[in-house]
Amino acid sequence: MKSTSWVIAGLTSVLLAGTAGAATLDDVRAKGELTCIVNTGLAGFAAPNDQGVWSGFDIDYCRAVAAAVLGDSGKVGFVPATTAERFTKLRAGEGEILSRNTTWTFSRDVDLQQTFVGVNYYDGQGFMVPASLGVTSATQLDGASVCIQTGTTTELNLAEYFSLNKMKYEPVPIATNAEAQSNYLAGRCDVYTTDASGLAATKAAFDNPNEHVVLPEVVSKEPLGPVVRHGDDQWADIASWTLKAMMVAEELGITSQNAEKMKNSENPEIRRLLGVDELQGVSALGLSPDWAYNIITQVGNYGESFERHLGKSTKLGLSRGINALAKDGGLHYVPPVK
Amino acid sequence: MSYLNSMWRNEQSRGVLIQVFVLTGFFALFSWLIGNVISNFTSLNKGFGFDFLFLPAGYDINQTLIEYTNRSTHLRAAIVGLLNTFLVAAVGVALATLLGFVLGVARLSRNWLISKLAYIYIEFTRNVPVLLHILLWHGIIVNTMPHPRQALTIGEVLFLTNRGLYVPKPIAETGIGLVWLGVVAALFFSVGLARYSRARQRQSGLQWPVFRINLVIWILLPTLAFFLAGQPVSLNLPVLKGFNFRGGIQLPPEFVALTFALAIYTAAFIGEIVRAGIVAVDKGQREAAEAIGLKPGQVMNEVILPQARRIIIPPLTSQYLNLTKNSSLAIAIGYMDIVATLGGITLNQTGREMEAMLMVMGIYLIISLLISALMNWYNSRVRLVGR
Repeated sequence: MKSTSWVIAGLTSVLLAGTAGAATLDDVRAKGELTCIVNTGLAGFAAPNDQGVWSGFDIDYCRAVAAAVLGDSGKVGFVPATTAERFTKLRAGEGEILSRNTTWTFSRDVDLQQTFVGVNYYDGQGFMVPASLGVTSATQLDGASVCIQTGTTTELNLAEYFSLNKMKYEPVPIATNAEAQSNYLAGRCDVYTTDASGLAATKAAFDNPNEHVVLPEVVSKEPLGPVVRHGDDQWADIASWTLKAMMVAEELGITSQNAEKMKNSENPEIRRLLGVDELQGVSALGLSPDWAYNIITQVGNYGESFERHLGKSTKLGLSRGINALAKDGGLHYVPPVK
Repeated sequence: MSYLNSMWRNEQSRGVLIQVFVLTGFFALFSWLIGNVISNFTSLNKGFGFDFLFLPAGYDINQTLIEYTNRSTHLRAAIVGLLNTFLVAAVGVALATLLGFVLGVARLSRNWLISKLAYIYIEFTRNVPVLLHILLWHGIIVNTMPHPRQALTIGEVLFLTNRGLYVPKPIAETGIGLVWLGVVAALFFSVGLARYSRARQRQSGLQWPVFRINLVIWILLPTLAFFLAGQPVSLNLPVLKGFNFRGGIQLPPEFVALTFALAIYTAAFIGEIVRAGIVAVDKGQREAAEAIGLKPGQVMNEVILPQARRIIIPPLTSQYLNLTKNSSLAIAIGYMDIVATLGGITLNQTGREMEAMLMVMGIYLIISLLISALMNWYNSRVRLVGR
């Protein structure tokens, strides 16, 4: 019901909103604030913290864009959106960036008139079951009832996975992560399926996390990343290179702590990134030379952000895995800053 | 200007002027909204069309009345959802009517306990929002019923679990035609008997216990045919296999919770409507009926209810409409109705929010108008013909 009313709210905004201008950068500068469309609440990725301040891995990215564009990571407002309404809100101009564990797929990129600017988290769909069931593999799930969030790619993956393996199942569709949790814990379903990172976040919030196991199978590719509207290449470049700058900084060993000192480095790439030497094209992009310096000092590099919100020291306790940089055996391979 | 002024002073022409202004304003607003949508759609480079209905849906649905797989089209998914809406509405309306009439009559009972119980039920039920009823019933079923492995069972045939109620599924075999023949014969016999006994009563004043005779016929004929044809029905029993029961018919908790909640909620309103209808029948009618020696049941069924029905039907129609429209709250507990399929998953996967929402709205409009038309037709039949 909730998602329906949101959809109607989204529709109303399409009805009433004026058309968004092409130069998003100018709009943001004129407003003096970036608006980011984010998750309604997912531990580690986007949720208000104890002080009521939005924090998380996806939130950090929004702050980084604000730092690059406005020079201040604090100048950012957040608009929470459900899975169902997120694209409508972005297209209706309620925000300039959608940073909400959104899977990059062909039809979302092409048919829905949006631009995915990169991948900030390589995820995959997994299954969680109570340990007492004694299930050790997803191939043993024939006939199970599966709780699933509706309106997500996971719904389609689930259908594909079970029919490929010639297994039957009963889908139990649920609107939010919180409802899915309560239905799963009450035993309405045997299995809860969503992105593996989401399972880790959900499990961490249980009273007895040890009574549940995440099965080894990862049945889909879920490259999650930020999204912008189609048709403004300048803005898409800014959004894309903000993410890349955070990764390059980690690659070059620049952190929020040592960025100031790194300005004296002999390494030409570090000097270009931090704005000591000229990086060709920065002014054409409409950014100041210290854009990346602002990101790194105010938000941190990719690794810092990951460890702060998702890493081993957090409740989620996720390892870098395939989300390590390419040089460390992961998938994040960033074009050089030249 | 002075002409307008004088028009404004005249009460009659002022009325017309105001209406013209309001109407113009309304159309201006409406065309601005439409124009805005069109210009926004063009600037987003988004077309308007219903081609998406013929693409494969890709998702599974847990309760399907017609054959459906994840390779079926979005259109078929929408139809599956629509049928689920119809199912809830039909069962809900039937249950609510039955319960509502019992409540209405009980509320007027001379028995103190019965009337107070009905009163408490009605006041408690209709003053709580229907969404809470739905969530409560779903919560009760999911949280208190046992897991399939510890299912409550009646004779290893019926199983009650938090995944729903499982009942045996009757499967027709050769020779079933004879049983249907028995049913049809019983139908013809009972209609004929009712007509004949009515004519006979009109002439001689003598009564037959028509209802009891018909009940016997309805049970006897099909049963006789069933055994004559060599018991042509086999039962597919639900059996626990792996995680869940297989076979039989599953009534999922979402369906049961939604139907129950809607029926119980609406029944409280119907109860009050029935009570009002009965009270509205002149007291003298009851007294006259009792004076000529009719039994209490006859007084109610033959004298009071036929007259009360005329008063009851118009407000009853709007309760039926309410129940049907309230069934769209299904999505709160994940029952796959038309809002959850076409207005939910399909909308999400295809990004066609305008088209999908327009379709859902249109469908509810058509359903409501149909129910309205049907009830108006029935109303015109039982209405007192003016002389």
